[in-house]
Amino acid sequence: MLRLVNGAQTVGNGWPFWMSFLAVLAGALVYPMFADSYDVGNFAYFLIWVFMAMGLCLMWGYCGMLSFGQTFFFGIAGYSYGVLAIVLGGGTMTVLALVLAVVLAGLSALVLGYFMIWGRVGGVFFGIVTLSATLVLAFFLGQTAGPEWAIGEARLNGFNGMKGMDPLNIPWFDDETLYFEGASLYYLAIALIVVVYLGLRILLNSRFGNVIVAIREDPQRAELLGYDVRKYQLITFIVGSSLAGLSGVLYTSWGQFITPGSIGLPAAAMPIVWVAFSGRGDITATLVGSFLILYAFQTITVYSQQAALVLMGGMLLATVMIAPQGFVIGIARTIGRLFRGRGAGNATSSNTGS
Amino acid sequence: MAELLQTTALSKTFGGLAAVSGVDLSVTEGEIHCLIGPNGAGKSTLFKLIIGTYPPTAGHIKFRGENVTEERPYQRVKRGMSIKMQTPSVFKELPVRQNLHIALQHHVTKAELAREEERLLTLLDLAADAAKPAGVLSHGQQQWLEIGMALALKPKLMLMDEPTAGMSPEETFRTGELIQQLNGLGMTILVVEHDMAFVRQIAQRVTVLHFGKVFARGSIKEILADERVAEIYLGKTHEHL
Ligand SMILES: Nc1ncnc2c1ncn2[C@@H]1O[C@H](COP(=O)(O)OP(=O)(O)OP(=O)(O)O)[C@@H](O)[C@H]1O
Ligand SMILES: [Mg+2]
Repeated sequence: MLRLVNGAQTVGNGWPFWMSFLAVLAGALVYPMFADSYDVGNFAYFLIWVFMAMGLCLMWGYCGMLSFGQTFFFGIAGYSYGVLAIVLGGGTMTVLALVLAVVLAGLSALVLGYFMIWGRVGGVFFGIVTLSATLVLAFFLGQTAGPEWAIGEARLNGFNGMKGMDPLNIPWFDDETLYFEGASLYYLAIALIVVVYLGLRILLNSRFGNVIVAIREDPQRAELLGYDVRKYQLITFIVGSSLAGLSGVLYTSWGQFITPGSIGLPAAAMPIVWVAFSGRGDITATLVGSFLILYAFQTITVYSQQAALVLMGGMLLATVMIAPQGFVIGIARTIGRLFRGRGAGNATSSNTGS
Repeated sequence: MAELLQTTALSKTFGGLAAVSGVDLSVTEGEIHCLIGPNGAGKSTLFKLIIGTYPPTAGHIKFRGENVTEERPYQRVKRGMSIKMQTPSVFKELPVRQNLHIALQHHVTKAELAREEERLLTLLDLAADAAKPAGVLSHGQQQWLEIGMALALKPKLMLMDEPTAGMSPEETFRTGELIQQLNGLGMTILVVEHDMAFVRQIAQRVTVLHFGKVFARGSIKEILADERVAEIYLGKTHEHL
């Protein structure tokens, strides 16, 4: 099964790629030893969002479902984590809160996805319905300012957002508690990214991955080859949306607060920009590209939030007009060609996994 | 001889138009059955009813003795139907080999996969193009590829809607040979075709469809001798038949 980290659905299959991967990973692991803790915390913050981007890449780039609902599931899980962490009493129960919150996001995706996919909501309408759900959730949470909007001790607090939940933590050696903040959150995010990234590569190069790209290309033909297309679409939607949920939990835990602002527009459009700009057709491009964009934007936002938003819009426009497949993937393909030109890479595209 | 496929009073209307109306068609196990008729006669619609992409307005479809009228296309495919549509539908951005791989992967063991891929690539004369995206193939080659994908499922009943459209006479002839070869291996084949020379090459039984209804049926000889059939092909009459 591990062999499936390489295959037809992923760019970067030869040893030069995996050497670079290990080099970047090693760099990421030693980084906190050299950087100051403020920067490490910032990096952790960027890494948190990458799951949401990878989930969208899976659904949109590989299965052809453009979901505007990533922040919907981000919000479901982020708020659920907040409520559960408070209601369950915090402490190490936060780990359970994390798991349950992601499961809740997955269940919401199951329900929403079922109605859309079985109701034959396709193409543009898939985007419209998911966006509507997102806006409704943001609007709903925005009007929960009153004290009646509370679950146990957990107040939803309307636009001001909910706060007061414990960050993720686990028991540590010597009766200590390890709070996932700063460097430890950074390491947690790195570990989760490695697991999710490699897991998605395996999934994509497996039989399942072959079927979802077939569905992207021609759903009718895929069905006529004997695949229950709706089932594959639903599973893809659940996995992709749950990853947004994971981002939501980590986000809430990171800042110990979450507001409806992280669900509605313009937040809902961000994952689309990241993934489109990076290259929705490839998971590695999405991972690298999203991180770079988040990093760049943080830097710009420090000076002007408006400028950052305008730039984000400009980037989407540029992507659509200049490089519809995405910029990062374009650069990656060029590098790949250079390598192959020198005979170093793995030139065959015949490895289709199974 | 057992009936493999049987439609009873099968009908499909689009708005006010009866594209298929009251069609009783039976396909016997092991035969090559041709479905002919003028443009717009309802041949493709009938195929889509049989495979399940359209639900019928009325009537039943029995396949291998089971009523499959309510089943979804993938379920019918799992029961042993396979189709090559009139307009080529292949996965255009995926390499030719992966197209075949996707058709093969759910019923061929891992050990056999590569061998089956090679066998089909050779059979389809696409070995040299295996790594190219299917979308860059010529129209005729895409037809071949789609036929190959449909065959990869090792169906009991193969539906082919105009398999030779866009092919050169030479390719057409080879397609005919392929169909006979598959039939020799026990596959039942239902073919829609306009090219009467081709129909003559392969057909054992022929059903003629006209305005959505069965207009005539019989052996290829009987159909060719039928004046009325010649008439409905008016414009491309005798010299064509
Ligand atoms: N989806 C549809 N909606 C409305 N009308 C349709 C639809 N599909 C087919 N028709 C109509 O039904 C009739 C039969 O069409 P069909 O494609 O089955 O004919 P055909 O015998 O396959 O013709 P051809 O030889 O040109 O392929 C035609 O009049 C066509 O316009
Ligand atoms: Mg037709």
